[in-house]
Amino acid sequence: MTAAAPARRARSGNFAAAAVGLGSLAAFLLAVELLIQTGVISRFIVPPPSEILGSFGRVIVEEDIFHRFLLTMSECLTASVMLTVFGVAGGVLMHRFKLLQQACETWVAAMASAPLVLMYPLFLVVFGRNAWTIIMMGFIAALPPVILKTIEGIAGTRKVLVNVGRSFNLSPTQQFWKILFPAALPTIFVGVRLGLIFALINIVGVEFLINFGGLGQLINELAERYDLAGTYAAICFVILVSVLFFMALEKAERWLRPVD
Amino acid sequence: MAETGRLRQAAVAAPALSPVTLLRIAIILTVLAVWEFLSHSGWLYRDVVPSLLSIGRALIDLVLSGEYYFHLGVTAGEIGAALAIGGLSALVVGILLGANRFLSRAFESYIYYLGPTPKIIFFPIMIMWFGVGPESKIALGSLSCFFPVALSVAAGMRGIDKVLIRVGNSFRANTWQMVVKIYLPAMRHPIINGIRLGLGVALIGTLLAETKLSNKGVGFLIIQAYSIFDMPRMYAMLIVLFVLAIGANALVGRLGGLHDIKRL
Repeated sequence: MTAAAPARRARSGNFAAAAVGLGSLAAFLLAVELLIQTGVISRFIVPPPSEILGSFGRVIVEEDIFHRFLLTMSECLTASVMLTVFGVAGGVLMHRFKLLQQACETWVAAMASAPLVLMYPLFLVVFGRNAWTIIMMGFIAALPPVILKTIEGIAGTRKVLVNVGRSFNLSPTQQFWKILFPAALPTIFVGVRLGLIFALINIVGVEFLINFGGLGQLINELAERYDLAGTYAAICFVILVSVLFFMALEKAERWLRPVD
Repeated sequence: MAETGRLRQAAVAAPALSPVTLLRIAIILTVLAVWEFLSHSGWLYRDVVPSLLSIGRALIDLVLSGEYYFHLGVTAGEIGAALAIGGLSALVVGILLGANRFLSRAFESYIYYLGPTPKIIFFPIMIMWFGVGPESKIALGSLSCFFPVALSVAAGMRGIDKVLIRVGNSFRANTWQMVVKIYLPAMRHPIINGIRLGLGVALIGTLLAETKLSNKGVGFLIIQAYSIFDMPRMYAMLIVLFVLAIGANALVGRLGGLHDIKRL
C-alpha cells in the first residue's frame, strides 16, 4: 500500500505534466488564431490554425499525399538497405583489418562532421534529376554513423564471450557469426537508427531543394503556388511522419536491447 | 646512459613512415589515380569528373579570389548569428528544462521528437516571415541549432553533481549567481558538445537555404557553379567548405576539451 503511493503520485505527476504540455500547445494555437482574427498578425504571412486544420483534408485528397508518402518511404527504404549493407560491411571490414581501421576511422569520423548534403548539386550532375540523386544523397550522408557504430559494437564485445568462442575452438568465421556479430547487433542497430534518421532528413530535404519526388516536393510546390494554409499543413504532415518514424525506430531499438 | 641508449635504438628501429601513414598515402594515391583515369577515359560526361589539374587550378583561383572571401564572410556571419540566437535561446530553455522536472516532463519530449526532423522544409515559412535576405537563412540556422543545444544543456543540467548545487545553496547564491558560478562551469562539456552539434546543423541549414534562394553566400556560389556547369569550381568550393567545416568542428571540440567525450 505504502509502496504503491509514490508510483501513483509519479503517474499523476506525469499526467499533469502531459496535460500542461498539451494545454500550452492548445493555448498557443488559440492565441495565434485570435491575433490573426484581430488583424495583429497578417493572415497573408501566418494563416489561422483553423484554416490550416481545414486544409489538411484538401492536401491529403487533392495532392495525392498517400502516393507521395509511399514514394518518399520507398526512397528511404532503398537508402536504408544500401546503408545497412555497405555501412555494416564497411565497419566489419575495418574491424577485421586493423591497419585499415587505423588509417580510415578518422576519415569516416571527419566525414560525419562534414556537411555532405551540400554535395547535392554534384549528385544532380552525376545522377540527373531523378530518385537516384535523392537516394544516394540520403545514403552518403547517413553512412558514417553506421560504419562507426558497427566498429564500436564489434570492438565492444565482452572478453568473456570471445573467450567462450575460443574455448570451443571456433574458426574466425564461426567466431564472427556466432559471437561477435550477435553481441554487436544492438550497437549496430543504434548506428542504423541514426543512419535512418539522417537518411530521412536528407531525403526529404533534397526532395524539397530539387523539387522532385514525394513529400519534400509537395511543400515546395504548395509554397510556390502561395497556398499558405496548404504549405503549413504539408509541413505539419511531414513533421508528423518524421516524428512517428523516429518513435517507431526507438521502439524497435528498445525491443532489440531489452536490458542495457 | 642506458636510457638514452635504448631511446636511440628505438629511434633507429622506428621506420620513417608508419604502416598506417603508408596505407593512407596509398589510398589517397589510388583514389587520385582512378579519378584522373576516369576524367580522361571519356566514360562519363565531360567535366562530371574533371581532371585533378583543373580542380587544382580552380582551387587556387578560389583561394586567391577576393569575391569568394566576401561570400564566405556573409555565410560565416549568418552561421555566427544563427548560433548566437539559436544557441542562447536553447541555453535558457535547456537550463529551465534541466532545473525543473515538471517543465521537463511537460515540454522536453516535444523538443526531443522535433529535433531529428528536416528543418529545411521550414524555409518557405522563414522566407514569408523574414524575407529573402540573410535574415531567413539566420532564422533557419537558429531553428536547426536550437534543438541539439537545448537537449544537450538540459541533460547536462540534470547531470550536475548535487554537491555543487548544495554548495551554491549553502552560500545563499541567487538564481543568477547559481547560473553563472555553478551551472554553467559545471556543464561546460555538455554545452560545448551541444554547440559542436548545433554548429554542424546550423551550417547545413544556412548553406542549404542559401542554395535554395539567395544572391550571396557560399551556398549561392555553389548553386551558381552548378547552373553554369563550372564543375571544377564546384569541386573546389566543396573541398574548401568541407575542410572549413571539419576544422571548425574539431576546433570547437578541442577548445571544450572533448577528447574524452565519445562521439554520437
